[in-house]
Amino acid sequence: MAKISVDGIEYEVDPDNNLLQECLSQGLDLPYFCWHPCMGSVGACRQCAVKQYRNAEDKNGTIVMACMTPASDGSIISIKDHQATDFRSHVIESLMISHPHDCPVCEEGGECHLQDMTQMSGHNYRRYDFKKVTHRNQNLGPFIGHEMNRCIACYRCVRFYNDYAGGEDLAALGSHHHVYFGRHEEGTLENEFSGNLAEVCPTGVFTDKTFSAHYTRKWDLQTAPSVCAGCGVGCNTAPGERYGTVRRVVNRYHHDINGYFICDRGRFGYDANSSDQRIEVARFRHGQESQFNTLSALEAKRQLNAMIGGDVIGIGSPRASLESNIALRDRVGVQNFYAGFSDGQFNCLQEVTKSLRETGLVCPSIRDIEQSDCILLVDEDITNTSARLALAVRQASRSAATELAKEARIPLWQDAAVRELAQNTRSPLIILSPQGTRLDDVASELHLLRLTEQLHLLQAIAHVIDPQANDLDDYSEANSSLANNIAEQLCRAQRPCLVSGISAESPALVKACTNIGKALRAHHSKNAESPRPIGLCFAMPEANSMGLALLLESGGKSLGAALQRLAQGNVDAAIVMENDLSLRVSAVALEEALAGQTPLLVLDQQHNSFNAKAQLLLPTASVFEQHGTWVNYEGRAQSSYQVFRPSEGILPAYEYLSITDPVQQCLVSSELIIQELARSDSRFNSLTDLRPPRTGISASMKSPRQSHRYSGRTAMYAQAHVHEAQQEQDRASSLAFSMEGVMLQKDASLMASPWAPAWNSNQAISKFQEEVNGELKQGSKGVLLCSRQSNASPYERFDIDSEQKLACFAIAHLFGSDEISAQAPAIQARCVGPYVCMGQSLANALGIRQHGLVQLETATVRVQLPVIIRSKIAQNCIGIYCANEVDKYALLNGKVALQAVSEHESHIASSRAMFDLLLIKDALRGEA
Amino acid sequence: MTDRPLTKNIDMSREPFNLGQYRHAGGYDGVLRMFKEMSPSDVLETVKNSGLKGRGGAGFPTGLKWSFVPSGDNAPKTKYLVVNADEMEPGTFKDRLLMEGDPHLLIEGMLIAAYTIQANTAYIFLRGEYLRAEALLRKAIGQAKEQGLLGKNIQGSGFDLEIILHTSAGRYICGEETALLNALEGKRANPRAKPPFPQVSGLWGKPTIVNNVETLCNLPGIIRYGVQWYKNLGKGADAGTKLCGVSGRVKKPGCWELPLGTPIRELVDDLAGGMSGGYELRAFLPGGGSTDFLLPEHLDLTLDYDVIGKAGSRLATGTMIILDDQTCPVGMVGNLMRFFSHESCGWCTPCRDGLPWVDSIFRRLESGEGKDADLQILTEHLEYLGPGRTFCALAPGAMAPLGSALKHFREDFEAHIRTGACPWQK
Amino acid sequence: MTDTQLIASSALKAQARALTEEELREIEHELTLYPDKRAVGLEALKIVQKHQGWVSDESLLAVANYLEMSAHELDGVATFFNLIFRQPVGRKVMLFCNSVSCYIMGCEKIKARISEQLGIDYGETTADGEYTLIPVPCLGDCDRAPVMLMDGEQQRNLSIEKIDELLAKRAIENNSGSGIRQ
Ligand SMILES: Cc1cc2nc3c(=O)[nH]c(=O)nc-3n(C[C@H](O)[C@H](O)[C@H](O)COP(=O)(O)O)c2cc1C
Ligand code: SF4
Ligand code: FES
Repeated sequence: MAKISVDGIEYEVDPDNNLLQECLSQGLDLPYFCWHPCMGSVGACRQCAVKQYRNAEDKNGTIVMACMTPASDGSIISIKDHQATDFRSHVIESLMISHPHDCPVCEEGGECHLQDMTQMSGHNYRRYDFKKVTHRNQNLGPFIGHEMNRCIACYRCVRFYNDYAGGEDLAALGSHHHVYFGRHEEGTLENEFSGNLAEVCPTGVFTDKTFSAHYTRKWDLQTAPSVCAGCGVGCNTAPGERYGTVRRVVNRYHHDINGYFICDRGRFGYDANSSDQRIEVARFRHGQESQFNTLSALEAKRQLNAMIGGDVIGIGSPRASLESNIALRDRVGVQNFYAGFSDGQFNCLQEVTKSLRETGLVCPSIRDIEQSDCILLVDEDITNTSARLALAVRQASRSAATELAKEARIPLWQDAAVRELAQNTRSPLIILSPQGTRLDDVASELHLLRLTEQLHLLQAIAHVIDPQANDLDDYSEANSSLANNIAEQLCRAQRPCLVSGISAESPALVKACTNIGKALRAHHSKNAESPRPIGLCFAMPEANSMGLALLLESGGKSLGAALQRLAQGNVDAAIVMENDLSLRVSAVALEEALAGQTPLLVLDQQHNSFNAKAQLLLPTASVFEQHGTWVNYEGRAQSSYQVFRPSEGILPAYEYLSITDPVQQCLVSSELIIQELARSDSRFNSLTDLRPPRTGISASMKSPRQSHRYSGRTAMYAQAHVHEAQQEQDRASSLAFSMEGVMLQKDASLMASPWAPAWNSNQAISKFQEEVNGELKQGSKGVLLCSRQSNASPYERFDIDSEQKLACFAIAHLFGSDEISAQAPAIQARCVGPYVCMGQSLANALGIRQHGLVQLETATVRVQLPVIIRSKIAQNCIGIYCANEVDKYALLNGKVALQAVSEHESHIASSRAMFDLLLIKDALRGEA
Repeated sequence: MTDRPLTKNIDMSREPFNLGQYRHAGGYDGVLRMFKEMSPSDVLETVKNSGLKGRGGAGFPTGLKWSFVPSGDNAPKTKYLVVNADEMEPGTFKDRLLMEGDPHLLIEGMLIAAYTIQANTAYIFLRGEYLRAEALLRKAIGQAKEQGLLGKNIQGSGFDLEIILHTSAGRYICGEETALLNALEGKRANPRAKPPFPQVSGLWGKPTIVNNVETLCNLPGIIRYGVQWYKNLGKGADAGTKLCGVSGRVKKPGCWELPLGTPIRELVDDLAGGMSGGYELRAFLPGGGSTDFLLPEHLDLTLDYDVIGKAGSRLATGTMIILDDQTCPVGMVGNLMRFFSHESCGWCTPCRDGLPWVDSIFRRLESGEGKDADLQILTEHLEYLGPGRTFCALAPGAMAPLGSALKHFREDFEAHIRTGACPWQK
Repeated sequence: MTDTQLIASSALKAQARALTEEELREIEHELTLYPDKRAVGLEALKIVQKHQGWVSDESLLAVANYLEMSAHELDGVATFFNLIFRQPVGRKVMLFCNSVSCYIMGCEKIKARISEQLGIDYGETTADGEYTLIPVPCLGDCDRAPVMLMDGEQQRNLSIEKIDELLAKRAIENNSGSGIRQ
């Protein structure tokens, strides 16, 4: 700790930081642009100038940039000094000389950091009376709008996009007052985190294009703290609603998870909520009738109750909230409750939960991963399955740079200097994968291996680290030196981390990774003085994969078992909740099950081919429309709050499934379900602490979802009603659907959208952090459900399949593999059709050219798909992207025969067009 | 011994000395003796004691700068020497003379500097428009390589040096040493934050010394003839000689090597032959476009870093630009402002957005449409773009002629506004 | 245009051309001089420009591909420097110094003369594609101002007469050659 004096007041600060960060941590107002809390300082904008004095006698002082000056002990500075304030107002004045006066039509207006800083710096009269510099804008694709005239050249966009997120297709172009931030040619921004540009840009240059398409001012949005349902990372989000539709999703700071950034699936997938595939009314048909009748929610619920009787089974869902899964389980009884996973995932998850509970290893948070100094990434293409994890892994590769900088005494916040010093020095990031990944540019090693080869190697690594791990005598020479090398790096690391996933649906993989973790722990407990945290985590494909897995821990049953019962036809009805079973099993297996003619009662959000077969189809609420609990890959349970009431026909699944009398309209609250679970099942005890306690004022008053400035409320539905619409009541949470209530100043427990006096943009977040980049004040971090006992459980045993001639692996895409977000138009514009990829030698053997067609045939399916020949792919291996269209389980679990299709036979022109798009993207990325 | 160590071999009416001629004139003798008799730290001490100050503009003591480079066993193995040959300062034409007139002198100087800091690779960062200098340097480097004066184990000394000539593509900011490093690395030439200084983390993050051409050309003399000789060259407080030039309406514009401490009048009146017929000297910029105007009364000052500093300007590059009585001072300063505005790298706000405003105001003033408020805005920019306010020294450099012009030629500015026209435009 | 089309069209436009053997040889030589591929970006662009006269998108892409760097980043470098031409220029580029010493020595009148004779302003190219006039900062020849660099040759102590003479000479060359050149 150091003491500094700011305008005569003493503060205790961290000398390893710069003055700007420390002033903000103290709650002082000091304007800035180019500095970013997690990207450090570069000193470009000059907005953060303060006066620094050499000592108490120094009366003149010098102007310094706070962001470029260490907060060393004894520093004396002044923010208020008139020379400093004068300078800062000049900076704003000149930043504004070419800035258009388009605030009234600018998407950033009202939450614009530039507006805030202009106010704060006291510039309010334009003296510049010459022509402004103007620029041409670019079409940057479906996600990001571009209005270069608003640019103030703070360089944050390129620093985030290129330096932080590893993007390559955005650059600073030109020079002097013609610097331009864009692509060298118009075209879609390819990086998976491009959406963050809208938040990183302090003004309205980069904006959320989807938001602009149905724009609403920030203060007119109704927001609530939410959790992204895009994958199993559990990023915190703040969706905003108006007139019954979600208008946008922005990042909501979580210290341990997403920090300041979310991925583009999470940001732009929200429009699925209003897609035309949305189920909006319940429908029902008698017996074999083809005609549906529509029902009101109340009728629907009655119908459901009427149909639940006798032997009813329920199939849960990893994309449904914990509440809904509990409600279903309770409704049908534990013995009739089945997992909604594919059987492969189900088996993996059993291993994952066991590994979480019994190994005593650390399941690293995103922040932990960022700080790891050696990562072994096994098989999982995290960029496409859990993108935020990949962004963290990318940061971890800089740990070595951090060490170098410390040695050279370069402060870590000196961003450019640290990068310059480190050049290409990176910490070990060892990737085992069947094909090249988007992290290859920061990987220290990339080993292209098919799954079985990976398993052999992992066993060898575990054996090298701890010979007890397995008695291995048959690994090859090549493997042994590789294994030695990897083992050595893992052992040397202070904070090693293994990252894998369940996409390959291989329990052996989970076991193999777990064994390495255990071996490392054994190694260190013998050799190291101080125990090291050893990270092991598995990416989860869906928002509640882990929640459902935990729920099923005590004797869950697989989907396969459910389908068997259905096929036997001795069940009276089957409830399938928020689950498109056609994506979980092969078509043949599903058909066999449905042949039993069991009535299907389906609850879901979107129409699909599976729920078209339902007898009763009930529209359920999305993540935005219900209170829900979601358990992420760490086993961290988090609450999402209902952002708005869905239209009348739609209810959260758990409300349909509750037994309470619909006539009384006494709807169950998610809180009740969760509290009951916490009470009745010791594994979930800690859930009692999930929601922030209501104390003080918040006990009696609710917190508003709408801002103080929410406008037009009395007139919002004036075209339909003469009366002002009645405010919805929220009996299930501490939030109100209105602008009345207590704004919890400096309390982030229920805060979705940070605001503080003078800080209207998302930069207000620092007012809610304990210190910059610190924990949120009173913020809810969620609760960790898996207690990490360190009872040294024995090593896992597993068999490795014998090598096949040809191995298939499934490819995932950030845009497309998640069925819900794939319904959002913007995401759709980035989706590609199904394809197969293979290496050159295999293609040669088959006589297939780049972009040619290949026919895949198994006992049950035959498809023709376009081919991408990749340079980075394991030998004798093909990757298949199914795009939720092709029967994945038929292909991946069967023996596939491959055959080239002659050029003129191509049947699938339409998917071909989509495919072209993919190729072009690949080409632009420098592959192919 | 000579009293013109920089230019003794130079005669622009013929080709420069080739290696044989250069050696015949005693060239490389000093270096060869250095290899035999001096350790790197001996050389460092010598250069420190010589009092040599950087000739690139800032006048920072060269030996002191070198001493910040890590040395010893723990120091990084890779270090770089970089020659700043980007000469783009308006009104400056001295490094061109050295490179075109005696390229081996520069190579010899580089050998000395590289040996001292133990750099095995040296880059010459040459401005792209200096085509003749490029050709001559390439030839000279080739000769030196052939004769074993560059390359591995030079003359059995155990010291290796490779010199690589890099030509730029026209940006004034590349002369700023850290921007230069970025340019060499193939990046946009924005300057870097200091600290860390290049001496510690420079080119590709390795310890690096950047020196001006003329600075390096001083070294062979110092090594060959010694510190005392070098100190005696200077007539005043500063040691050595300096290339000084005069451009503008003088009878014989040109560039000469003079002992530091020579009175300015000698340069302007004797060497440059005084003002051309019909022209009067109104003021002059003593050291290139980023220095403050001095007035006729300053002609008796001596060419000394401190002396000129005390008079409110800088010796900087030592190439003076003469403003005569028939050139509009507003036009001249406007010309400089346009230059600086265009050459701003676009990194920091005051420079990127302040200079274009200043430039616009000048265009308006020159066209006779200036307003009273314009002078106020110009004045404000003096502080706003002053030293310490911007990321590098480009913008403060631009403010030097502006500030002094507003002081000395205020009436001319006002006349433009008052009469609505440029009084010099007939 | 849909985004798909947009990407497709930009991909078409962005087709890299093949670098010529000569270009490759020169770029390869540069690669031996720097520890990092990316450092050669500017040199490579200059090499391409030397051979092609300017740096087209196709050339930019070719260089970027060859150096395995992002074309966007490379364009960031290309557009930073004054002397990388991202638009076609005439066969003869006049780099005309308009800095302070030349200004004092009357370069504006010289420039006016060039413009009058050729009908082009700064940044423009004559209709016949012969001349491009580009202002450059101080050419470091201030004692012989005004100066310009044309066709690799420094033209010093420019006067109206000298300009007329230079351009007349060119005109003759042009005319005599016009029968051969189409
Ligand atoms: C905008 C700007 C342009 C500069 N241009 C040059 C230049 O062209 N040549 C040069 O030697 N120094 C130039 N300098 C000074 C260098 O940054 C640096 O101080 C010098 O190369 C150090 O060499 P020295 O110690 O030998 O003088 C420039 C500085 C600035 C701020
Ligand atoms: S003062 Fe700023 S904008 Fe100007 S050249 Fe230096 S860093 Fe670039
Ligand atoms: S925030 Fe300090 S200079 Fe930009």
